[in-house]
Amino acid sequence: MRIKQLLVGITATVIAISSYVEIAVADLKFPMLVYRTGAYAPNGIPNADGFVDYYKMINARDGGIGGEKIVHPECETGYKTQVGVECYEKNKKDAMVFQPMSTGITYQLIPKATADGVTVYSTGYGRTSAANGKVFKWIFNAPATYWDGATHMVRHILKENLGNIKGKKIALIYHNSAYGKEPIRTLQEAGKKHGFKLSLLPVDHPGQEQKATWLKIRKSRPDYILMWGWGVMNSVAIKSAASIKFPMDKFIGIWWSGSENDVLPAGQGAHGYKALTFNAPGTDYQVHKDIQKYVFAKGEQSGDGSHFGTVLYNRGLFQAMVQVEAAKVAQKIHGVSKITPAMYRDGMEAVDLTAKRMEELGFKDFAPPFKNTCENHGGSGLAAVQQWDAKAKKWSLITEYMYGDKDITEKLIAEDSAKYAAEQKIAERCN
Amino acid sequence: MIYKETGQYKSSYKSDHAIFPLIQDKIAFSTLMLFAFIVVPLIMNSYWEKAILVPFLIFSLAAIGLNILTGYCGQVSLGTGGFMAVGAFSTYKIMTSFPDLNIMIIVLISGLITAGVGILFGLPSLRIKGFYLAVATLASQFFLVWLFNKVPWFYNYSATGQITVSERSMFGIPVTGANAPPYATYLFCLVLVVILGFAAKNLIRSKTGRSWMAIRDMDIAAEIIGVPPLKTKLSAFAISSFYIGVAGALYFAVFLGAIEVTESFDIMTISFPVLFMIIIGGLGSMLGSFLGAGFIVTLPIGLKFIMVDMVGLSAVTAKHFEITIWGLLMIVFLIVEPHGLARLWSIAKEKLRRWPFPY
Repeated sequence: MRIKQLLVGITATVIAISSYVEIAVADLKFPMLVYRTGAYAPNGIPNADGFVDYYKMINARDGGIGGEKIVHPECETGYKTQVGVECYEKNKKDAMVFQPMSTGITYQLIPKATADGVTVYSTGYGRTSAANGKVFKWIFNAPATYWDGATHMVRHILKENLGNIKGKKIALIYHNSAYGKEPIRTLQEAGKKHGFKLSLLPVDHPGQEQKATWLKIRKSRPDYILMWGWGVMNSVAIKSAASIKFPMDKFIGIWWSGSENDVLPAGQGAHGYKALTFNAPGTDYQVHKDIQKYVFAKGEQSGDGSHFGTVLYNRGLFQAMVQVEAAKVAQKIHGVSKITPAMYRDGMEAVDLTAKRMEELGFKDFAPPFKNTCENHGGSGLAAVQQWDAKAKKWSLITEYMYGDKDITEKLIAEDSAKYAAEQKIAERCN
Repeated sequence: MIYKETGQYKSSYKSDHAIFPLIQDKIAFSTLMLFAFIVVPLIMNSYWEKAILVPFLIFSLAAIGLNILTGYCGQVSLGTGGFMAVGAFSTYKIMTSFPDLNIMIIVLISGLITAGVGILFGLPSLRIKGFYLAVATLASQFFLVWLFNKVPWFYNYSATGQITVSERSMFGIPVTGANAPPYATYLFCLVLVVILGFAAKNLIRSKTGRSWMAIRDMDIAAEIIGVPPLKTKLSAFAISSFYIGVAGALYFAVFLGAIEVTESFDIMTISFPVLFMIIIGGLGSMLGSFLGAGFIVTLPIGLKFIMVDMVGLSAVTAKHFEITIWGLLMIVFLIVEPHGLARLWSIAKEKLRRWPFPY
């Protein structure tokens, strides 16, 4: 296939060179920073496919957003910050929104995008305190933040232990980067509040080497393990846990550590592993039927189409849906179909995804409702716990969607964003 | 016939020792400088700044640093990433501790701090040589990155270990932070590169430089003729680390603005690429440092531009090709021209001298 692609490419070269122009201005540009190569590709590919298929479906079914076609140029970052910056600079002109899919790149883009007036939407990742819209005008991280996630886990553990986790040992295995370190402070606060003992076990990039980590776990025998992993780190950790016979239902991952790619390599050993999620798995939704009809039926699916309906593919659909919805809201607010990046931001801030609206969009019961406001860019904070069934090879939700512990997170968000505002001399908005 | 030295007589030692002894070289270099200082800032945009020019200048500086140590003094080092991290974190600490200090001074102090650290890690070079030294410097790479990730004091106890630059200005124009205009960051780096580049060039032509090369060519012989190995090797480590530290400071403060030590100063993102730069550019050549840096910075972007934007391949296919082409070029280069791009340039000069009557 690649050779065929190359041949087609070469024959097209002459035409392409002569007609090389920036993407036509009549369209809405949603640049994509993806990573289909490198240590994080197993997670990057299904997610990117979800985005592309959704955009293609909207273009084919509705003729774009309010008549404006979506263009979605891909830029391969390999999860590398420096390449991410290059991709951003290359695509930022007239871009509606950037979805960096990497906490490191998000940190990088927050000041740049704020200066350039481009929206960044880091769906459930990135800088948690960006949930404070008063300080972070251009950054959104709805529907839930890492700090919400940390308190969800604690809440789930509390429930399993009938509200008393005093003296319990909880270990956090985390990717030794900004991403993995995000929940530490929250978990420390929660530890003070509920009286559990937290131990921290960092895993270095790319995450394959975890022998020392699991040796420590075998020695210290924690009651629960929480994980902030991504890429190969997830599957290695789950395999290691299975091999030391750690009870899998006491092992809980964040929403980025709970996809099929992470559990399948461990086979039956992964049975019972839990992870948070803010969207449902499966293919029984209207949006999947539409994608089948408008994209797959024509053979235009992104990649090989094998990730259809997986957790990260569905998350990609959700993320793309929110981004498209923001454009629709912006068109409504400003009364024009050809919106500018600044108008797009207004749309993103006014996104109100009620259960009814999600049903109209083909996402009935797919995710909990959420709403952005001027002050709150972090959404509802609702997430549920899903559990892996290794026999049926299926994820299923085992709890209701629950709120995070706002007592803990709101204080921390206010602190962290105030610090950022002081450093960068940002005046608070929305007052 | 274009590039001939006939008729250019040197009547003083000064003119004989000039960096550019030929009038043609002088004209070419002055034109280049005029172009770089006046034309480029006028026509550049933020894409050129962030993707090509600023990384090129910063990596040139790092390559000069490593070339001093490896190319001129013969001490192989894989610790470039670690030393750049020292420069970056020094800048961050000084910047946050002394908010009123000028950014240029901060960058230079960071270089000096890195020089100190470089001396420390250069000490083993007195006992171990060649590949063994490479392993020892590799240890410094891992140790320094680990240190900056482990000890929260270095990142001011921020929750995520990320360090973020705050805005600093030169002559009222911001050169760091997101509001810095492209020409400002570019010129800031360019001024440093030109000054430090000349300094390095002259240092290499001085007694210090000659003793480095004596140690490189045969350390026992050098010692016998009176070159002190301790002083020479440590001075090479110090000066090399100074350059690398300044590069690290610029990489953090001017180029990226926010850095996470494990990712940004990883051995695969810094140490090996900088080593490739001096190997491809030419070991023991100033010009080679620039050519190598230019080659390694622009190659992926150039390939991507050709394959994705012009040919229309998908981003991922292009990436796979890029990785393959990259590896192939490395091998081809080392076979065809082991002395690097700088050697190609001197061959070209020879040809130009004889043109149009080559033999």
